Amino acid sequence: MKFNKKINNILIILISTLFLSACSTAKKTTGVSTSGDVYTGTDTVQYLASGVKDRVFFATNNSALTTASRDTLRKQADYLRKNKKLNVVLEGHADERGTREYNLALAEKRANVAKDYMMTYGISGKRISVISYGKEKPVNSASTPLAWSQNRRAVTVKVK
Amino acid sequence: MNKLFYIFIIFFFKFNFAYSLIEVNITRGNLNPLPIAVSPLHVDLQSDNYQDIKVKELGGLISAVIEKNFKSTGLFNPLNKDAFVQKPDIAHLKPRFEDWSLITAQALVTGKLLMKDDKLKVEFRLWDIAANKEMIALAFTTTPSNWRRVAHIISDKIYERLTGETGYFDTRIIYVSEAGPKTQRVKKLAIMDQDGENTKYLTLGNELVLTPRFSPSNQLVTYLSYFRNLPRVYLLDIETGIQEVVGNFPGMTFAPRFSPDGKKIIMSFAKDGNSDIYTMDLETRLVEKITEHSSIDTSPSFSPDGKYICFNSDRSGLQQIYTMKSDGTSVKRISFGNGIYGTPVWSPRGDLIAFTKVRAGKFYIGVMRSDGTGERLLTENFYQEAPSWSPNGRLLVFYRETKSGKDGKGFSAKLWSIDITGYNEKQLETETDASDPSWSSLLSK
Repeated sequence: MKFNKKINNILIILISTLFLSACSTAKKTTGVSTSGDVYTGTDTVQYLASGVKDRVFFATNNSALTTASRDTLRKQADYLRKNKKLNVVLEGHADERGTREYNLALAEKRANVAKDYMMTYGISGKRISVISYGKEKPVNSASTPLAWSQNRRAVTVKVK
Repeated sequence: MNKLFYIFIIFFFKFNFAYSLIEVNITRGNLNPLPIAVSPLHVDLQSDNYQDIKVKELGGLISAVIEKNFKSTGLFNPLNKDAFVQKPDIAHLKPRFEDWSLITAQALVTGKLLMKDDKLKVEFRLWDIAANKEMIALAFTTTPSNWRRVAHIISDKIYERLTGETGYFDTRIIYVSEAGPKTQRVKKLAIMDQDGENTKYLTLGNELVLTPRFSPSNQLVTYLSYFRNLPRVYLLDIETGIQEVVGNFPGMTFAPRFSPDGKKIIMSFAKDGNSDIYTMDLETRLVEKITEHSSIDTSPSFSPDGKYICFNSDRSGLQQIYTMKSDGTSVKRISFGNGIYGTPVWSPRGDLIAFTKVRAGKFYIGVMRSDGTGERLLTENFYQEAPSWSPNGRLLVFYRETKSGKDGKGFSAKLWSIDITGYNEKQLETETDASDPSWSSLLSK
């Protein structure tokens, strides 16, 4: 009986994980998907180098990095380590759904969160400057949740 | 500005406040506007170049500006001039009150002007039709090019006499003029008279500029500029055009406003992901840190006596409004409703704080008392924010953006004003799209 109960429990866990993973994979199949309200697609994304995305995305009113964002920033740090002479600007952005001044501060915070993460991977802060554009430079000008998720971003731009 | 503009006010009749019967109730909004007749100003035949069309028509132009001002308040109903039976010069000497009362006028404005030796002399009188009495008589002498300001000053005097409140017509609004697609917006500082006339552009649009605010004397403007891609707080002298950076800290400075005495600028300084509020004394350049918190503290605004500051902070998790003493002590949260609250602005009377509120995907402009009680939402829309008070504390000007379609089309930004009663919401005329308005104080104090 005890053994049976254990199997039952394991089955329940297995089934629920299957369901959960089914959900997340379903979302990732389209090119313009979001998870929660963080953009996870590839439209609007550019590349610093092959396989190194130039930007990370944020949830509404939030400056926390997602797992995917950390992965992108690690790859960027790796790229910067290999290209010692390269300096970058981290541009912070917000969507159009906040007050202008708060968005300037929020976007500055987002850019710095990304910068700090790269610094923990050994990139000198001197190589990364930060600028906030608040809601002033959207990449997608539509007034839709998808556009807003693409606009809540921190973009790493090479300094020429 | 005032240096250029000398007004000689000659009181050639005594005020007779005691006899007034008309009183406009400003708390009722536009429910029952007062019928007022604004007679065209009579142009004195002895004026230089009387035959010049510019001189001949000036009387009509001045009265048209006054009428437009009155109409915009929602408190007055300027009557159609076709119904006027008395000639302007005769009405100005002695109105036939029965005739004016027949066309339902309760108040009458008459006046005359004389153009002599490159000086414009304007006199006007306000009459109470029911009481058969003169309420004010004033005369102004100025340079002819200032005729619009004379019209605004006359409007203010009449408004003050009829409502018991200070006027707000002889004022200007500074704002950000916008053009181009949303992803590449070109922004310039622009200034205009309160009625949308006399627009002038103060920057060329080469760099992004945001959030201009007048100094109490209206001579200076502080704003955020991305000059050389370094977002910093700047100061601009409107007359000389001289600009200087005042917030040259090692990071972004933004959200600037003047202290009520004009001696300090209060602003946010963002560094390493944290925004706090600072003041800078414009004379000594002494910088003081006012808030110290790991959260975002921004959009500061002094109380009119300079003793308190309101600001928004997300220290509770989401944006809320706080007040504190001007040295940064006694911080108190005052907004507790559902939703997030931002851009608090202390009313020039000191009793109210105007704000932007976001709740369930809608943006509201509202007012609450400075202790956070008595919250009233005045207007709801897809996106609107950044209220700025008229100098008499009766109106708010703010900007509103429309929802854009999937391709970004259909986007616009315009200035709007609303009475704090919630009545008389209207769009301000601007030459271009516009945002971030800031209302000046009265130009002639």
